Amino acid sequence: MMAEKIRVLLAKPGLDGHDRGIKVVARALRDSGMEVIYLGIRNTPEQIVETAIQEDVDVIGLSILSGSHMYHFPRILQLLKERKAEDIVVIGGGIIPQEDKEKLEKMGVKAIFGPGTSTQEIIKKIKELIGNKKN
Amino acid sequence: MGLVEDMLKGDKRALSRVITLVENNSQNCEEILSKLYPHTGNSQIIGVTGPPGSGKSTLINHLVREFVRKGYKVGVLAIDPSSEFTGGALLGDRIRMLEVSLDSNVFIRSMGTRGTLGGISRKTKEVVRVLEAFGKDKIIIETIGAGQSDIEITRTAHTVIVVLTPETGDDVQVLKAGIMEIGDIYVVNKADIGNAEFMVEEIKALIASKSSNVSKEWTAPVIKASAKKKEGIRELVEQVEKHWNYLKVSGEINKLEERRVKNEVVDTLNRKISNYLLSKLESEFGKEIFDEILKRKESPYSVVNRLIKKFLC
Repeated sequence: MMAEKIRVLLAKPGLDGHDRGIKVVARALRDSGMEVIYLGIRNTPEQIVETAIQEDVDVIGLSILSGSHMYHFPRILQLLKERKAEDIVVIGGGIIPQEDKEKLEKMGVKAIFGPGTSTQEIIKKIKELIGNKKN
Repeated sequence: MGLVEDMLKGDKRALSRVITLVENNSQNCEEILSKLYPHTGNSQIIGVTGPPGSGKSTLINHLVREFVRKGYKVGVLAIDPSSEFTGGALLGDRIRMLEVSLDSNVFIRSMGTRGTLGGISRKTKEVVRVLEAFGKDKIIIETIGAGQSDIEITRTAHTVIVVLTPETGDDVQVLKAGIMEIGDIYVVNKADIGNAEFMVEEIKALIASKSSNVSKEWTAPVIKASAKKKEGIRELVEQVEKHWNYLKVSGEINKLEERRVKNEVVDTLNRKISNYLLSKLESEFGKEIFDEILKRKESPYSVVNRLIKKFLC
């Protein structure tokens, strides 16, 4: 009997301590049947990537409200590449201007959710990205 | 299968993938575990259990740091509950272990219980074997926040650390059976919030009265600690090492390992036979069999006995 689960790492890189949103998302993903590894606030990109590898997650979800997204997303993508783990899908949410959003998506961030996004939308997108092979 | 070979060569990502395959009970799970089995049997398995919020994860963070300092390779399995309703889980133990998570000699993995009771997941035991094969000297299992009778950990761990806090009830709680009986080492954590002395004395009294009927030479120490203030950590590490040494010198380790191997056989047997018979149940009797039981024409016992007679005898 196979029992696959979508595993998602949720983390906040940098010094931004606003964790209400990410906790709401964590709860929603949990309730949709996923396994959420919650890493809390003030993580370094190295911690995030190392955790993603050790936990063998399918998705890394980053919440950034501090404006440091143009540093943290590319840095994490780069570290994943160095570790030959580019197959791990990176998504994110927070206060991210449209022009940055487009740039980040071009770099390889698979989805970026702005304020007001419903949790259902996030769940749907993750399932779409990971495919229907799981859950 | 290159994955197992890569893992045995020390590739972390391969290790991580293998754990997923085992946890998901993928088709080649048994083949993988069989290949790894010859490489197992050299690690100290340390179980850390206790009520939710007693400070297990924070304590483990310190334990890992001290072990690494001593030159050990350390694996941690942190178990949190999966939802009975949705199957989802929020695995949050790692937050307390960030300090050690980047050390190259440390590997931490979070696991949901995925429907198993008893404090550790059914798959935990198999993943412990994977970490043993990877060459970890010390493997720490953090159980879910344990209730009074979540003592499954004793079937896997060599050394069980029970973590308690002051103010978790009066002396009667200490007298109760279950989790209070399984510690090789007791830690009264959060000593900084006060009245730890009372708890320490109660547990010591319990152990003293118990040791009369056990022939074991090991008397469980009771350590007053504060994971937050990093107090009592060195003593805890010393006792964990001392217990490991005791197990080896006394030969207890052989008994534990023998029991563990037996458990693995019994667990596997139970699971496979039961899955096999369940798969035959419907094909043999059809879904109507449950109606028959509901109408009292059959009983659960007669149905199962018929099944066994037909397929196992």
